[in-house]
Amino acid sequence: MPVSANSEPAIGASEGLADLPGAGTPVSSSGPGVWARFRETLKSGPVLFAFVILVAIVLIAILAPVLGTVDPVAINPAERLRHVSAAHWFGTDAFGRDTYSRVIYGARVSLLVGAGATVMSIAVGLLIGVIAGYFRMADAVIMRVMDGIMAIPNILLAIALVSLTGASLVTVLVAITIPEIPRVVRLVRSVILTVRTEPYVEAAVTLGTRVPRLLFRHMVPNTIPPLIVQGTYIFAAAILIEATLSFLGAGLPPEIPSWGNMMSEGRMYFQLLPGLILFPGIFLALTLLSVNVLGDVLRDVLDPRMARRP
Amino acid sequence: MLSYIARRLLATIPVIIMVAVVVFAILRLTPGDPAAILAGDDATSAQLAQIRQSMGLDQPIYLQFIHWVGQLLHGDLGVSLLSGTSVAGMIAHRMGPSFALAVGTIIVTLIIALPLGIIAAWKQGKLLDRAIMSFSVFGFSVPTFVVAYLLIYLFSIGLDWLPVQGYKPLSAGFWPFAERLILPVLALSAIYIALIARITRSSIIEVMGEDFIRTARAKGVKENVVLIHHALRNAAVPIITIIGIGVASLISGVVVTETVFNLPGLGRLVVEAVLARDYPVIQGLILLFSLIYILINLVVDVLYAVFDPRIRY
Repeated sequence: MPVSANSEPAIGASEGLADLPGAGTPVSSSGPGVWARFRETLKSGPVLFAFVILVAIVLIAILAPVLGTVDPVAINPAERLRHVSAAHWFGTDAFGRDTYSRVIYGARVSLLVGAGATVMSIAVGLLIGVIAGYFRMADAVIMRVMDGIMAIPNILLAIALVSLTGASLVTVLVAITIPEIPRVVRLVRSVILTVRTEPYVEAAVTLGTRVPRLLFRHMVPNTIPPLIVQGTYIFAAAILIEATLSFLGAGLPPEIPSWGNMMSEGRMYFQLLPGLILFPGIFLALTLLSVNVLGDVLRDVLDPRMARRP
Repeated sequence: MLSYIARRLLATIPVIIMVAVVVFAILRLTPGDPAAILAGDDATSAQLAQIRQSMGLDQPIYLQFIHWVGQLLHGDLGVSLLSGTSVAGMIAHRMGPSFALAVGTIIVTLIIALPLGIIAAWKQGKLLDRAIMSFSVFGFSVPTFVVAYLLIYLFSIGLDWLPVQGYKPLSAGFWPFAERLILPVLALSAIYIALIARITRSSIIEVMGEDFIRTARAKGVKENVVLIHHALRNAAVPIITIIGIGVASLISGVVVTETVFNLPGLGRLVVEAVLARDYPVIQGLILLFSLIYILINLVVDVLYAVFDPRIRY
């Protein structure tokens, strides 16, 4: 067994999802069962808390302009490094920018980067995974490349990719997406490999179904429930990696008010104004916390066979 | 056992080759001319051509790759564009703090996480269990650098017990060395403690349902002996797996933690190299970290066979 079998990056997915038995079995996700189970889980205190936090963060991101914010990039040298006050709820930074407004607008940046990287890695990973799972000749080559990418710790790979082309929103998105692709590919491939021997797929083959229709109508739908679960973990991982890259100074351009950038800029003034780092840090932590908790819930709801034991 | 280890070693070789290909590819096949970066903005075209020739950049890409791998096999990681010193030498020079940080983290993690996991499994469903598991979810979700700054805020600025940042080698005395490592180690351990406490708990709970546990209890073995001697030993395999998987986040954590606490280690070197676009250094460090990651997972796989004699591939 090559190293890939246990080299799942640990960020986000605490249990190597793609390796679990059951990840490949077709799962029916329709019907009232899912909703009933979802409502049932909301009765648990921590889950409800996580759900409320995530909804709040999303609302904050959408409603940022009307939440008592000022322009998050407006520089005001007369108001540099102010403490918490009625005028500046979270104080101001070294350029006199309002920390509260920057934290609120930072939610937009984080959620957009997270969503963008999730959609991109799932789209690309799905395509590659289907090819690897169905066309056996391509499989060996594709999976060796994926093993290679997965053996490089994802922050380092992302850092290297950003350093090549310089920091921009697109570069950072691509750099976050690439290290996440192998996980999607392995998940999709394992589902396709399991499903291709199912009687209904063989029946479709016998009836002369063309390959694209066979793949996307009969096989790909089975990947959706596990992909939704994996998607939440990728979403959390992407937000964390963006914040980490920006914090290290190798992420989004400094003029974008992201939580990572704010913490990076706050480093020099931490002893004077801890809020410069702690406010965005707490928002970041709460976002990741709620996404991780809800990811576990989604896994239990969408795929009870993978549910964690008590 | 030996043949298993040998086969496992052989299976690692293609992965290492793929890592080399990926690292080479991302640093050579992207837009941007390394020679132009090295030469600076106001170099003449003759100077550029000369640099290209001296770096072998005028040769076909596959020859460049073979040449590069040949150098690697001789332990030659190239020369830093910035300082002109050898990358291997720079790595050797900066290894100390990272090594101390990683070893300290693993020790602290095991000392804290295993008892927490055992207690949670023992008190399953009780308040103590739920408290430990809530802490675990927090530890798992709060990023290392946020934990680090919270610790600095509390212990360095608030209580003034420990230095804010910096590093002293062990040769400067044990306490100066240790007091600067306490906060970095705690910050880096948080995510690890969370992971390992969680997996220890669920593994033990799973084992506790087995027949041999019931037998042990039936013959009057004390509950703590059942937990430690019978259950923990059999829960070792999943715990070791998570330790192996966690190395990836440990490596990213080292980069972040060294930046926060200003430790002059390998993680800081990565960031410095990236900010200065010092490609040979970036290349060397990614290869090194990936190799460490692959080797630790190799050791983990071999440990499976040691801890669980039923496992034979």
